[in-house]
Amino acid sequence: MRKSLLALTAGLLLAGSLSAASAADKLKVGFIYVGPIGDLGWTYQHDLGRQALVKELGDKIETTYLENVPEGPDAERAIEQLARAGNKLIFTTSFGYMDSTLKVAKKYPNVHFEHATGYKRNPNMSTYSAKWYQGRYIQGLIAARMSKSGVLGYIGSFPIPEVVSGINATMLAAQTINPNIKVKIIWANTWFDPGKEADAAKALIDQGADVIMQHTDSPAAMQIASERGKLAFGQDSEMIKFGPKTQLTSIIDTWGPYYIERVKAELAGTWKSEDTWGGLDSHMFVMAPYTNMPDDVKKMAEDAQAAITAGKLHPFKCPIVGQDGKPVECKGGDHLDDSQILGMNFYVKGIDDKLPGK
Amino acid sequence: MQLVLERRAERSGTIALASPLIAVGLTLVTMIILFAILGKNPLLALHAYFIAPLTDGYSLQEIAVKATPLVMIAIGLSLCYLANAWNIGAEGQFLIGAVAGSWIALKTQGTDAGAWVLPAMLVLAAAAGALYALIPAICRVKFGASEILTSLMLVYVAELFLDYLVRGPWRDPQGFNFPTTAEFDPVATVPLLIEGGRLHLGSAIALLVVGGAAILLGRTIKGFGIRVVGAAPRAARFGGFNANQLIILTFAVSGALAGLAGIIEVAGPVGHLQPGISPGYGFTAIIVAFLGRLNPLGILVAGLFLALTFIGGEQAQIAMKIPLDVTKVFQGILLFYVLACDSLILYRFKLVLPSRQVARGAG
Amino acid sequence: MELVEAIILAVLAASTPLLIAAAGELVTERSGVLNLGVEGMMIVGAACGFAGAWLTGSTFIGALFGIVAGTLMSLIFALMALGLAVNQVATGLALTILGIGLSGLIGAGFVGERITPAMHLHIPGLTDIPLIGRVLFGEDGFVYVSVALIVGVWWFLGRTRAGLILRACGDNHVSAHALGYPVLRIRTFAVMFGGACAGLAGAYLPLAYTPFFIPGMTAGRGWIALALVVFSSWRPGRLVIGAYLFGAVTILQLHAQGWGVGIPSQFMSALPYLATVLVLVLLSRARTGGSTAPAALGTVFVPDR
Repeated sequence: MRKSLLALTAGLLLAGSLSAASAADKLKVGFIYVGPIGDLGWTYQHDLGRQALVKELGDKIETTYLENVPEGPDAERAIEQLARAGNKLIFTTSFGYMDSTLKVAKKYPNVHFEHATGYKRNPNMSTYSAKWYQGRYIQGLIAARMSKSGVLGYIGSFPIPEVVSGINATMLAAQTINPNIKVKIIWANTWFDPGKEADAAKALIDQGADVIMQHTDSPAAMQIASERGKLAFGQDSEMIKFGPKTQLTSIIDTWGPYYIERVKAELAGTWKSEDTWGGLDSHMFVMAPYTNMPDDVKKMAEDAQAAITAGKLHPFKCPIVGQDGKPVECKGGDHLDDSQILGMNFYVKGIDDKLPGK
Repeated sequence: MQLVLERRAERSGTIALASPLIAVGLTLVTMIILFAILGKNPLLALHAYFIAPLTDGYSLQEIAVKATPLVMIAIGLSLCYLANAWNIGAEGQFLIGAVAGSWIALKTQGTDAGAWVLPAMLVLAAAAGALYALIPAICRVKFGASEILTSLMLVYVAELFLDYLVRGPWRDPQGFNFPTTAEFDPVATVPLLIEGGRLHLGSAIALLVVGGAAILLGRTIKGFGIRVVGAAPRAARFGGFNANQLIILTFAVSGALAGLAGIIEVAGPVGHLQPGISPGYGFTAIIVAFLGRLNPLGILVAGLFLALTFIGGEQAQIAMKIPLDVTKVFQGILLFYVLACDSLILYRFKLVLPSRQVARGAG
Repeated sequence: MELVEAIILAVLAASTPLLIAAAGELVTERSGVLNLGVEGMMIVGAACGFAGAWLTGSTFIGALFGIVAGTLMSLIFALMALGLAVNQVATGLALTILGIGLSGLIGAGFVGERITPAMHLHIPGLTDIPLIGRVLFGEDGFVYVSVALIVGVWWFLGRTRAGLILRACGDNHVSAHALGYPVLRIRTFAVMFGGACAGLAGAYLPLAYTPFFIPGMTAGRGWIALALVVFSSWRPGRLVIGAYLFGAVTILQLHAQGWGVGIPSQFMSALPYLATVLVLVLLSRARTGGSTAPAALGTVFVPDR
């Protein structure tokens, strides 16, 4: 028994060293995912981005991912494991990895890191995120036109600036069409629990909302809206399959182009630490086809999209009045500046709800 | 013909030694089959799981870091289980300890508070964990309510309480509304043992806890009492050991250790309070306690072993692209084999032939 | 009025998987076995249930797949905890780990697919009665099954000889054995029943609740089912109350947010658990009428021969 175990070990070691040699000259690129790659939402889209990367540069690179890595004590280890395994460029794809990524980045100055949706950077650590609020603005316009009850339903995950700015952008847009529009907000306190998201959608519809918008990850809300004959917007991914007569559009994350661009820079030796905040013009997210709406609404949406892409329309155009009735300081000239949006911690006028924790 | 279990007259020493080897052997066979089905090279996979993490200092450190909370909690739980007190709410006690300790860290943040901060955090965390564990213990002793179930219920309460704090009053004002407190000050952080590594003082504390438990159980009257109460409650009563008192005591100790593990994790590897500070440590530690056969040294080995499967699982994902789900299946199977083989220390199989069949003979 | 009806419908839907899983676990625990692996059995039931429905296009066959999958998982538990006398708490936890992994492997091929959700009953006239019509006559099959199931469990445990014997095993396995009852065989059936129910409850999620499969979609409902069994103090009637109460708190918590009521949602969510502890203490203290935990719950039994 003992002898055979030893023989086995020797064989394994030999096999291990052989495999290490064969992949030596390709650039190794690592990914850390917060959910399972089959979550149909956030992680799924990041993995589609990775697959696009492999398709484009597969002969020059090798990708590896760790999925379902919790945003706790395990994250730092997982990131470091990737760094130690020879990955030269590592994408950490959830806000909660921010401090862990920074710690590992400081330890491995020769490895480059890219952290999604965070705000801490280092000479070897970039951040990247998308201006989803631009898409939310278009959704707000459509929602106000399509809603018969004048009540929108919004399922939030957590009251972080990304979500709050989405709610505000929606409402600012909707108010340009219908000044009396109402929004009902339910915080699911989770990114991902299909059952709870479905329950939240039901509650919103039962309280009179007829257009459902969500900032959680699963297609459950779309499904419920479709069952009830209401309208809804998708999130993260194309969800038309779950509501062919329901989905108005969806904000689809498309990380592929960014990943390809950054890996090309790494291959060319021109990678440097940057803060990328891509809008509609950068294709970091796209709007799914505008469906289930009359042609004039569709045209309005397309025009708004073109105007935002061209930089002619800013969703947070001043003057903006806060919930307290006081105008919000306008740091970006004629619109709010990026730092105000990235740290957004207030509701605009017209939302009669209290921001949790305020 | 029927195969039944029969209690052995005494523990089988041979099987006690052989059982882990049998279990590992069975797991290896199962995994080789599973990997072959999945189209992965079984030898490389097993190398990634078991050998690679043991071959470099970095991974060894990580194993120790991962094992630290598991071992600490499991030691406390083993005392409970030996005394026949079923605390399965260590997860909650872990969280409450983390919360209590963090309170000091947050109160002293930005002040020039000195070196007393960390020790105070540890003490308060242990006390809070113990108090939280006393709720089910007292409900059991005073009212006869099942401690298995009350301790489990209190896990959810603790989770929601922590959730409320970090999303509400304790949220980092500079943290963009994300549910986390500010990073703790250096005086409120568990020091590292190796510069630039991740091994921290907590691992040394865990070793002390293991040593302490070994002495308590092996050489003191209290320890003897715990074991007697668990093994033979009636005899213990005649021997003057008070079972209720021991339930209270063991629950308090295990709660204190879980709470301590909680604050060490938060003030160590994590560095701030947030939801999800525990990937189920309190529950995994239950498995560790049983894998270690409720013996302090056994728990140390079991904790390190389980940590190895976590680290190995990641390396297998990196090196072989083996999905995480396979690692979970693998852990589940491994646990089943180990627990099943251990059962043979106390029991043996016996073939029972119904008498008629015997009469008809083998044909 | 319509809102009330809508809330009741949502509560029923949210409570049904809890009720089904808890009904099974109640029988298991009444026989003296504590299977903490409900979450693991549920998630495998969800994956297999979806697979079955997707392959055959039939919700019914999907539900059967879920039941079979849950039962198979529970057999692993029975083999370990009853056949080999391994500690039940550890076995149940290990079963959950295994179940999460297995469901991921099984479900990987079905991610992104969708099926037609379970049909709802429609009886012209009856279903259209305001307020109660859809609640009583417009549900999907699972809801009716859950009600039938709990009534069946109540009848079986309280009104049949077999139920009495099962409870005897849970209260004192030594005496039951001495009276000549095959304790381990009875417990195995109880565990299998628990597994079948957990599998069905899991299958309910992708078949009726949200008609797609996503890894981890049970999201802790198995653990809540365990809590409910305790809350009910092992009585089927109280289990119904507990499950619907829990569902009601979940749904009303969401509605309260929509209405703009400013109570932190965590406090509302914690209420059922605190109530469970309280109920447990009160019942154990009173010991009048209310049955407390089966005396042999969670203990190992190896018959002496």
